[in-house]
This record gives sequence, structure tokens and C-alpha cells, in this order.
Amino acid sequence: MSATSASTTSGRAAAEAARNHKGTIWRDSPIVAIRNLRRVLRQPQIAIFVLIQPIMFVLLFRYVFGTAIPIPGFDYVQYLMPGIIAQTLVFGSATTAIGMTEDMKGGIIDRFRALPMSGGAVMAGRVVSDLAINLVSLVVMVVVGYLVDFRIVTSVGEALLALLLLIGLTLAFSSISAVIGLAVKEPEAAQSAGFIWLFPLTFISSVFVPTAGMPAPLRFFAEQVNPVSHVSNAARALTVDGYLCGTEICTDPTRAVLLSVVWIVGIMVIFVPLSIRMFRRLE
Amino acid sequence: MSAPAIEATGLVKHYGETVALGGLDLEVPVGTVLGMLGPNGAGKTTAVRILTTLLRPDAGRATVAGFDVAEDADRVRSRIGLTGQYAAVDEHLTGHENVTMVGRLSGLGKAQARARADELLDRFGLADAAHRATKGYSGGMRRRLDLAASLVASPDIVFLDEPTTGLDPASRLGLWEVIREVVALGTTVLLTTQYLEEADSLADEILVIDQGREIALGTATKLKADVGGETVAVELVDTSRLEDARAALVGVAGGEVWVDERQGRLSFPAHGDAGRLAATVRALDGAGIAVADLSLRRPSLDDVFLNLTGRAASEAAADAATPTEASVA
Ligand SMILES: Nc1ncnc2c1ncn2[C@@H]1O[C@H](COP(=O)(O)OP(=O)(O)OP(=O)(O)O)[C@@H](O)[C@H]1O
Ligand SMILES: [Mg+2]
Repeated sequence: MSATSASTTSGRAAAEAARNHKGTIWRDSPIVAIRNLRRVLRQPQIAIFVLIQPIMFVLLFRYVFGTAIPIPGFDYVQYLMPGIIAQTLVFGSATTAIGMTEDMKGGIIDRFRALPMSGGAVMAGRVVSDLAINLVSLVVMVVVGYLVDFRIVTSVGEALLALLLLIGLTLAFSSISAVIGLAVKEPEAAQSAGFIWLFPLTFISSVFVPTAGMPAPLRFFAEQVNPVSHVSNAARALTVDGYLCGTEICTDPTRAVLLSVVWIVGIMVIFVPLSIRMFRRLE
Repeated sequence: MSAPAIEATGLVKHYGETVALGGLDLEVPVGTVLGMLGPNGAGKTTAVRILTTLLRPDAGRATVAGFDVAEDADRVRSRIGLTGQYAAVDEHLTGHENVTMVGRLSGLGKAQARARADELLDRFGLADAAHRATKGYSGGMRRRLDLAASLVASPDIVFLDEPTTGLDPASRLGLWEVIREVVALGTTVLLTTQYLEEADSLADEILVIDQGREIALGTATKLKADVGGETVAVELVDTSRLEDARAALVGVAGGEVWVDERQGRLSFPAHGDAGRLAATVRALDGAGIAVADLSLRRPSLDDVFLNLTGRAASEAAADAATPTEASVA
């Protein structure tokens, strides 16, 4: 067939560039991520969610609950901050489902699917832009934490490892969230299905309170199973030099870090391919 | 000669009990425009979605630009442009950002995509609005932007699903101009529409579909000749007298008189003779039947449908719709 449609020089050059083009995840993800970030920056109500809510939570827990929750061996703010950061990031990752469903509804996903772009880049671009926004929340929380007497007492290397684990946690939960979004398809459904299960997950954990006082089944889940606990504990060991293992104070991060890594990798190994598969099967 | 730009055989798609496509064939030669004409629910969007790789058919196969839509989706995607029924523009991005993004994802370089966006926005009369968020665009501007985005990589084949539905007459004419420019460049176009007039004005060939099946195929001239050009349309004050009116008009029509009970209307071919209007008034007056409205109409989809299927397009749409939607006039 002749490329007769390109009458102008620029048109011919464009047809030349596009013919047989097949986008890669590396080329297309940044394009999608930048588009997603532009959308966020232009919707001030999202900025409120990203900035105000973490500040509010830190202050509420620090000054309202913190006065009533004694943690043996810890200042409450030292115990709280690593956990509440993990909790905020987990909740923040639920926006992945909302973003996916809004794009499906708005027809942009159809537009993407009719282009020779990488399908994985639609998912990766979404997860990466959501991570960037969540990291803004993280920075805000650390700054506010410092204003209310939170202090990182470990080395820079340990603190950076904590940051890596928190990033891993966010990516893992974003990939679960992407699958939820692709399954429910409607933004309203994503609002509830994406968030509701995160309440028990983040509260039946070591995020806000010691787990030792919980009823046995909850305690077992919070201490042995819940990845949010493991990441919170690892982040505590790596930033405030200790976490509560049962009623003891443990300072060795190894166990918590390993369990965190196992969970993060395990979740991603299942949910990343699943989300890409579901995306390819959209109709 | 070269192979057709678009070719489909036996496309079938079911949604539960609904037959969206019941074995559709079509062929669009390179550089021509096919108008797919049909009422709501006829299967137009389903056909477009299959041909643009968005939907898998239950049966049948299709090639676009010589590539199988199921097996070679990526190659098909690198050669087509799609403007869907509902404008797929990102309302928080500017017009320029929207077109540039589609250009980048189609394989254009950064500077190249930007330059193409400038050029197309200018060509489609969107230069002034190029750097505003599209949520402030009018319906017509969104449509033109969507079209500009589909054309950014100069695709060989463009699919336009009801490009002018919901637009006011001026915007519709504006969009027709734009589509004609695209056609003049030699692009193969498949467009769907509910308006015979639109298919007539833009398409080389018209495929009329109903309930997912072809009911007619031909040039606009042929279809209109079948329908009989302009029609005399009569609406009655008292619709219970439709049958009496039909009887009274058989002589004037010199042939068949179509009765559209749903709309309470009768029509018959004018055969280019405006004198029939006066004769119609006299005949109905003589029979004592009051006329609410009398007009000379250019053939519409309704007329084509009445002619081909014996029922109005609006009835066909109602049949295709779920029972709750069926009462919409
Ligand atoms: N996702 C879907 N689920 C269930 N039924 C569907 C779906 N998509 C289409 N249909 C049904 O298939 C039939 C054909 O629909 P289609 O959208 O192709 O029609 P159309 O000709 O594009 O109509 P319109 O002019 O209203 O856009 C309709 O009866 C419609 O209700
Ligand atoms: Mg449609």
C-alpha cells in the first residue's frame, strides 16, 4: 500500500516514524507517567489529599492518641512515625485503582489500546506516577515528624534501606490496586473496593499500637503475617533503632527486613504479570 | 490492483442474548470512504472496535492494511487512526499536550510530535485553544481535537465512529470540511453515522446495517434512487386516521405510501414534482383529514429503512435497545 495520506513533508516523516513502530515499556512508561502527573498537578483537590491528610494524621496520632498509648521503651512519636508512613503509603497506593478506572471510563485506555504502544507501559506509567505522588506524602510526613520531635537516630545507609522498603511496599500495593481497578472497572467501585480492605490490614498491625495486647488470632496476624507490620518494624529498626517483637524491644533489623522483602517480591511476582494480562484482555 | 485497505468476513459478536454483529462482511478499497449507516444499536461501534483491535470477534476474521486484526494487532495499530464515538481526550491536558502524547506513543520523536501537534491544531482551527485545558472545549472542538490526535502519525486508514453525533449544524459542517481534507490526502476512511445526509456527503460507498447485518450496500446515488429522492411527508392531527389518509393518498403518490405509525406520519416519493404537495393537501382535505404538518423532505435514514425493511430506523433502534430504553422517541 502507498502512504498517500502523508501529503506534507512532516506528514510523510510522521508516517515513516510510525510505520511498524512498537513501543517498549522503557520508552512509553515515562510518557504515560508524565501525563498522569500533569493531571494530578492540575487537580488541586488531589494535592489536598496528598499533603493535608498525612499532616493531619501525624498530628492527630501524635497529640490525641499518643498521650493515651504508652509504648514500653519508646517515645510514642518515635514508634508512630515509621508505621504511619507505611500506612499512608499503603492507602496512597489505592489511588492506582481509581486512576485506572477513571482512564477506562474516560476512553483514554481505548485510545492507548488502539496505539502501537507497550501495554505494560500503561500499568508501569500509572504505578510510577502514583509512587512519585506517594513519595511527596512521605517527605511531608518526615518533615512534619521532625517538627513534632521525631528523630532518625540511625546511619544514612540504614535510613535509605528503610526508604527502599517503603518504596517496595508502595509498588507492591499499587500492583494489587491496579488489579482491583481492572477487575471492578468503575471509579465508584474502585473507591470502595480499593480502600475498604486496607482498614483491617493497616489497623490489625504494629502500625499504631503494640501487638502484644491484641486477642490471640489478631495478634498472630499482626505479628506473624501482616506485611504492613513487617515493613513498619523493619523501618523502625532502621530509623529509630528498635521495634517491638512481642513485648521485647528488638534492634536487629534482619528478620523484619527479610520478611518485608519476601512479601514485597511475592506480591509483585503475582500481581504485576496479572495486571498486565488483565490489561491485554480488556475489551 | 492492490488489496483492500479494510476487509472483513463473517464478523460475529454476541453480548449474552444480544447479537451485536450477526455475520458482517465489508471491504474498503484503498483511498476510498465507506459510510456505515445504521440506527442506534445496529452494531456500528462493535464493528469499529473489532477492526481497530479493541474487541475480539466471536467468529469471522478481518484484515486492516493487509494485517490480521487478531494476529497482527500491533502492526494494524501502527497504521490506523481511531476517533471513537465518545471523544477520548484527556480533559486536564491541553489540546497540544493531548496530540503530542498520542504522537509520541505512535512512535514520533519529541520535537517531531510537537511540530505535528502545532501543524494539526492549526489546520483544524484549534491554534488559539492549543494551550488551554480541553475541559473548556466545546463539543465540536473536542471532536476536532480527537480527530487531530488520530491523524498525528498520518495513518493510512482512519476510523471515525459517529464523528458528528451531538454537534450543532455549524460544527457538523465544520467537521465535514476537516474530514474531506483528510480524504483528499488519500486516506482510507471508514466512518459510521446515523445520518444518510452525512454518508451521502462524505462516503463513496454506503453500507446500511441493521441488527448487525448488512441490509444494503451501494453508492449514495443508488440508495437514494431506491428510496426515490425527495419524499412528501405528512403528519396528521388525528393519528387514528393514518389508514384513511393512506387510502386517500394512493392516487397522488402513484404508488406505495409508507406509514410510520410510531411517528404518526405518512410519506411517499415526490419524484421531483413539487406539485404533489398541493395535490396532497387537496386529497386530504377532500377526505376530511386534518393535516398537522406537510413537508418535502430529503431522504433520511428513516426513509432508507422504511424502504429496505418496512420499519422505521427509530423502531429498529428501539428493538435493539433494552425494553426500558425502548420508549425513547
Ligand atoms: N459491552 C456491551 N455489553 C452488552 N451489550 C452490548 C455491549 N456493547 C454493545 N452491546 C449491544 O450490542 C448492540 C450493538 O451495539 P453497538 O454499540 O455496536 O451499536 P451502534 O450501532 O454503535 O449504536 P449507537 O448508534 O447507539 O452507537 C446493541 O444492542 C448494544 O446494546
Ligand atoms: Mg456506536
